[in-house]
Amino acid sequence: MTEATVIGGSGYTGGELLRLIVGHPQLELGQVTSRSKERRTVTSVHPNLRGATDARFVHPDDLEDTDLLFTATPHGYTMEEMPRLRDHADTVVDLSGDFRLDDPAGYDEWYDEHPNPGMLDEAVYGVPELYRDEIRDASLIAAAGCNATASILALHPLVESGIVDDEDDVVLDVKASSSAGGASANTASHHAERSRVVRPYAPTSHRHQAEIEQETGLDVNMTVHAIEMVRGIAATAHALVEGVEEKELWKAYRGAYGDEPFVRVAKSRRGVYRYPEPKVVEGTNYCDVGFEVSDDRVVAFSAVDNMMKGSAGMAVQSANIALGYDEGAGLGFNGMHPV
Amino acid sequence: MTSAECPVCEAEVEPEWEVERGEIIDCGDCGAELEVADTEPLEYIEAPELEEDWGE
Repeated sequence: MTEATVIGGSGYTGGELLRLIVGHPQLELGQVTSRSKERRTVTSVHPNLRGATDARFVHPDDLEDTDLLFTATPHGYTMEEMPRLRDHADTVVDLSGDFRLDDPAGYDEWYDEHPNPGMLDEAVYGVPELYRDEIRDASLIAAAGCNATASILALHPLVESGIVDDEDDVVLDVKASSSAGGASANTASHHAERSRVVRPYAPTSHRHQAEIEQETGLDVNMTVHAIEMVRGIAATAHALVEGVEEKELWKAYRGAYGDEPFVRVAKSRRGVYRYPEPKVVEGTNYCDVGFEVSDDRVVAFSAVDNMMKGSAGMAVQSANIALGYDEGAGLGFNGMHPV
Repeated sequence: MTSAECPVCEAEVEPEWEVERGEIIDCGDCGAELEVADTEPLEYIEAPELEEDWGE
């Protein structure tokens, strides 16, 4: 068994990691850290884990050595602390944005100046569909952002097949759930304000745009809306390209994902769910991708659960690869219908 | 049993039973309804959409 510790275990993605770790056949839960919840039971914050663990939160200063370290902390923490954290574990999977960008200048532009820029080269971007071989040898994995995961996986086959390139105009529309905003409350997340909104969020400068452009090589025009969902991301990408045939798209998406365990092509002429739909993948590690085409436009869709394929689930998938376990270990849930 | 290509998405569609000409089978990948156009060799065409009968 591999011991897995979670830094920042009181947040939503931290809680999702705990759910996956306690159900994982090869992982056992080590410490769970939280400054604000120190000494409280984990189940006082994550009630879904009642009966599954009697762990209590510990202060991050009391971190002990472990085998596998997941960091589910707000942006800025691990870019400072990573040198110390890596001394505690052979494998670190960081769920924040602190090690996703290759170029330190990207942090100046999209985040803050990076205090450990030399470590960026050591981090592998944690999308197995793009970097499976690199993850296999990685000791530092930067799990991708939720909006970025959905967007990259929707666009990746179009780029790989040459249907879309950096000369094409790509408009990216992302619809995000409330849990994607994290567990900290603010006025905008107050129920009376958040409920039923269709709220433009970072209309032209969402941070995840940086990693989407890095990984696709495209110049994307991205807008995110906060909508009425607790879990889920729906991404719709419009590429203004002419003369693409439906069969080309089938070939591109099958070529990219035909052997992938957690990406499914959802495009059907029949049934209620003809394209990717977030609620179909709720609680699962799947990313459903789909497409449609007209004379002068290709539309690519994707849907993920932001807590799963968009963060904790893909972090565990990457850890499974890095540790040599079955890639799908602990991630077998197929979702529910109806939900 | 042999298989044949879906004319819509090019998936290999392999019926698990002995199909007859004119039989309808749906593609497991794209959901298109396919009509068995021939059996030797097996060949599909996209089945025509049913049109609304307004009773007139």
